[in-house]
Amino acid sequence: MEAKPILNVSQVGISFGGLKAVAGFNLELYPGELIGLIGPNGAGKTTVFNLLTGVYTPTEGEITFNDERINGLAPYKVTRKGISRTFQNVRLFNEQSVLDNVKVAYHSLASHSILSSIFRLQKHFIGEQEMEAKAIDFLKIFQLDKVKDEKAKNLPYGEQRRLEIARALAAGPELLLLDEPAAGMNPKETKELMELISFIREQFNLTILLIEHDMKLVMGICERISVLDHGLLIAEGTPNEVRNHPKVIEAYLGEEVVSNHA
Amino acid sequence: MLKKVNTFWFSIVLAFVFYGIIQLLISTAMLNPFYTNTLIFICINIILAVSLHLVIGITGQFSIGHAGFLALGAYISAIMTMKLGMPFSVALIAGGIVAALAGLVVGVPSLRLRGDYLAIATLGFAEIIRIIFLNIDYVGGAAGMQVTHATTWTTSFLCLILTIVVIANFTNSRHGRACISIRENEIAADAMGINTTYYKVAAFVIGSFFAGIAGGLYAHNFYIIQPVNFGFLKSFDILIFVVLGGLGSLSGAVVSAILLTIVSTFLQGLPETRMIIYSLVLVMVMLYRPQGLMGTREITDYFGKWGRVKGGNQYGG
Repeated sequence: MEAKPILNVSQVGISFGGLKAVAGFNLELYPGELIGLIGPNGAGKTTVFNLLTGVYTPTEGEITFNDERINGLAPYKVTRKGISRTFQNVRLFNEQSVLDNVKVAYHSLASHSILSSIFRLQKHFIGEQEMEAKAIDFLKIFQLDKVKDEKAKNLPYGEQRRLEIARALAAGPELLLLDEPAAGMNPKETKELMELISFIREQFNLTILLIEHDMKLVMGICERISVLDHGLLIAEGTPNEVRNHPKVIEAYLGEEVVSNHA
Repeated sequence: MLKKVNTFWFSIVLAFVFYGIIQLLISTAMLNPFYTNTLIFICINIILAVSLHLVIGITGQFSIGHAGFLALGAYISAIMTMKLGMPFSVALIAGGIVAALAGLVVGVPSLRLRGDYLAIATLGFAEIIRIIFLNIDYVGGAAGMQVTHATTWTTSFLCLILTIVVIANFTNSRHGRACISIRENEIAADAMGINTTYYKVAAFVIGSFFAGIAGGLYAHNFYIIQPVNFGFLKSFDILIFVVLGGLGSLSGAVVSAILLTIVSTFLQGLPETRMIIYSLVLVMVMLYRPQGLMGTREITDYFGKWGRVKGGNQYGG
């Protein structure tokens, strides 16, 4: 394993009023890793994502990305630093075309100003043409170029998921956070998704952190897994270690079963 | 891209041909002052509708204080021409700039609010502006302020074209797409690296600027301006143009502004009936076309549609 972690989360926590949603969360991600984050419903997995992407500001602890402290940064700034995400319930720009969805993600890579657009200066045309060409090339990778003029809301569910991942990647991340990418997918779609994740990881040199309930997917592709329960990290390790960890079994199946099992 | 540029110039030429015909009719006195005045009023209302369309239809920020910016533009430009003796063109621009500055000052804190809260904040702002002018004797207080007639068909039409070109160009660029993405899903827009506050404020400021310009035209068209002209009902009039036209459609805002101005002009003798018809029209549209006259489509989409069908589309319309 390389020496330097790309993302370092140490003792991070957040409370909403009196409720501690996440406490003392630790995570180290090394470049190129694919890590899973699992846990029962309400364990705080999405809260962790929201902490990492700046939606919430941690009330304790520190998050560093590429040796830069990022807690408390606005979400759009975190994205520009190189962390991009998808959402548990698909959040596309429904009324915009598939192409425009990707173009929005390219927004911060272009530089023509509002004035140059209003007065249609040369810069505007060059910038827009570049964005268009890049976005079309990008959609081709995800086999979405045929539906580029379609409104995002009119795509079938599987393609919407794919578009959301494409859009997240268009923002040019080093670290990709996927929040339940397989939710609502049938086994065939899940299999395709696993292939897609492996493919983009190679293609874009990504580090990926993934929340998922589908154990087959998590155990199948993740190198390490962290398990959250009630906002606390209860286990960490390879899929096999985690699978047999008594605390994990307890969190998922309850204490009784564990004692019977033993 | 070349094709797009051509359609752009084609529409501009078309607009100026239309302008020339009307101007000819006016100068040969074939169009009486009443109709000329109606045309100017239509221009002003379109400017108001299109500028609010940028804020509500494109960026999705429900602002109902547009009359406040209209009032600012009207009073500032009137002060410039009547009290300071500036030329009308300077007064128009000054009105726009002051309204834009007000948009900036109001927008920065209030655009953090969402939905109903933003609506109430902007409504409150418009009322504050009105009350301020009501209590300043320098601008005549409740009695109002006398203003010379300076707005002509030419000035109002030029302002109208400028408004539409600027707002259409803004919308069809990465900046406009950013604004639409905020309307569609603010959290996702933020996560895609869009500075949402910046774009909300930018749209608000541009919208306020043109509302201020419309205010200048308005003030110099009616001989007198009074605070009572800029009450919240005026804000709702503008809001109705945008909603009736279809949220997100610039051509919809234009069409409904033309339609409703004509209706209300011809019912001016009976203001009560006008409001009943307004309400009836709104109820009917909401019943039969909840998405507004044009939905989110533009007139140009209907031309583009044929080309697209020919090109073959996997999923159909």
